[in-house]
Amino acid sequence: MKSLTYIHYEILRTIRNRRFLIFSLIFPLILFLAIAGENRHVQLDGIGFPLYFMTGMASWGSMTAIVSIGGKIATERQVGWTRQLRVTPLKTSTYFTAKVLTGYMTALLSIVVLALAGTSLGVRLDATTWLTMLGLLLVGLIPFVLIGIMLGHLVSVDSLGPALGGITSLFALLGGSFGPLAKKGVLLTIVKLLPSYWLVQAGHSALLGSHVWTGEAWIVLAVWTLVMLRLTVVVYRRDTARV
Amino acid sequence: MTNRAAPNTGITLTDLTKSYGAVRAVRGINVTINRGETLALLGPNGAGKSTTLDMVLGLTRPDAGTVSLFGTSPRDAVKAGFVGGMLQTGQPIGYLSVRELITMMASLYPQPLAVDDALRLSGIEEIADRVTTKLSGGQTQRLRMAIALVADPELLVLDEPTAALDVEGRRDFWVAMRAVAARGKTIVFATHYLEEADAYADRIILMARGRVVADGPPTEIKARVGGRTIRATLRNATVADLGALEGVTNVEQHGETFIVTCPNSDTVLRALLARYADARDIEVRGAGLEEAFLNLTGDDDDENA
Repeated sequence: MKSLTYIHYEILRTIRNRRFLIFSLIFPLILFLAIAGENRHVQLDGIGFPLYFMTGMASWGSMTAIVSIGGKIATERQVGWTRQLRVTPLKTSTYFTAKVLTGYMTALLSIVVLALAGTSLGVRLDATTWLTMLGLLLVGLIPFVLIGIMLGHLVSVDSLGPALGGITSLFALLGGSFGPLAKKGVLLTIVKLLPSYWLVQAGHSALLGSHVWTGEAWIVLAVWTLVMLRLTVVVYRRDTARV
Repeated sequence: MTNRAAPNTGITLTDLTKSYGAVRAVRGINVTINRGETLALLGPNGAGKSTTLDMVLGLTRPDAGTVSLFGTSPRDAVKAGFVGGMLQTGQPIGYLSVRELITMMASLYPQPLAVDDALRLSGIEEIADRVTTKLSGGQTQRLRMAIALVADPELLVLDEPTAALDVEGRRDFWVAMRAVAARGKTIVFATHYLEEADAYADRIILMARGRVVADGPPTEIKARVGGRTIRATLRNATVADLGALEGVTNVEQHGETFIVTCPNSDTVLRALLARYADARDIEVRGAGLEEAFLNLTGDDDDENA
């Protein structure tokens, strides 16, 4: 398969980009070790703090990792590589498949690193719970894949750092990656419309059970995915018509 | 110049027009390029060369007019792998070796060259294992050439391909391109060097201000734009006397030195020597390209193209 060669080298490029990998993985890890290490025996509503905070950091770390697809796209646009690719028979779908795969690869790595760190602080889960959490996290990341691609075609490289950092921090904060949210009220109703809230719930499935991932989760994610898909296509078309 | 496509025509540009806001980059171009031809788009900066090539490659949509590549649209021709492009920008991506990047690019084409052949043709065999982002300017340019060549395309589009190269690099580049042309491939390149267009193209299209101002074999174009200047130190000469010589278009005087501009320096020089036997320090030079463009296009900048 010809497109596999292309994807293979894209993945190889991601693995070789050590600095990118380290920066993608290290911040949630440091935050986790610092805060959860300090509070490793603290219980929140009967749940160990390390487990609780591990899931929060996994949602934030994997979100950041996947949105960083945008950084790669923006860089390739800026140096004119995207134009070079557009005079080859490379299919747009193959281009994005490769990017999404590298994004998911980094996100997965981030989750695994946090799981190992969690285990080192005494987090113990059975295989089903681990896998359920992982699966739900991967699903919950779908809208963020699209947000990353859209930003990559919208924002120039020099403003990309603040744009990606700001957006992921805001989503993570409002979604509850860093700490518990209000348990009821208007704010919660609004927050429940965010994909990051459900990404955090995907993590929380490991501590509260998979019932926290409700039908509402699927609806919110589906709506975000469809809206972001539409926007991404518009932005992509505008961008490629111009260059 | 005809805009009617012959049955085996390679490339046809018909009434091609493109503006960017108020800037009318390309103002109605009609060109037919035959399969196997090596064609130079020659013109100063801002002539519309890059915009024209972008439309040929399907990177830019024309406001009006059409491009046909081998009887199909640019996008379909690109999809079919008929086209290789070396753009002005297009810095190769990192974290791969030269060989890996060429292998990656080769995988995109239905019938690519062997990776080793592309490396050899581009003269980068010995740096095949180097990381793409750790190359000199000239090496990067050759890598970009290898990217275009590995496609083994019917049409090779090169936008100022030798801009970053020194004289030697330029010569090596064109030696490689001649090998490509010898295999019957069509090559279209943009340049603002008359010498380069003259040396390597079968045909030159001269562009200025978004229009084709001349189209023909290099000898013909050279005769039209390649006006000569004769510089000589002459005693007892006047501007009026020199201006009266047949074929002289312009005379300048700097003390005893006169600069005579003419399309055909041979006849003027003979006449000049016949008349001024004591002429000294004679120099004959090709006129600068910018000057030649101005002669051809005048100040014609009318907006009703």
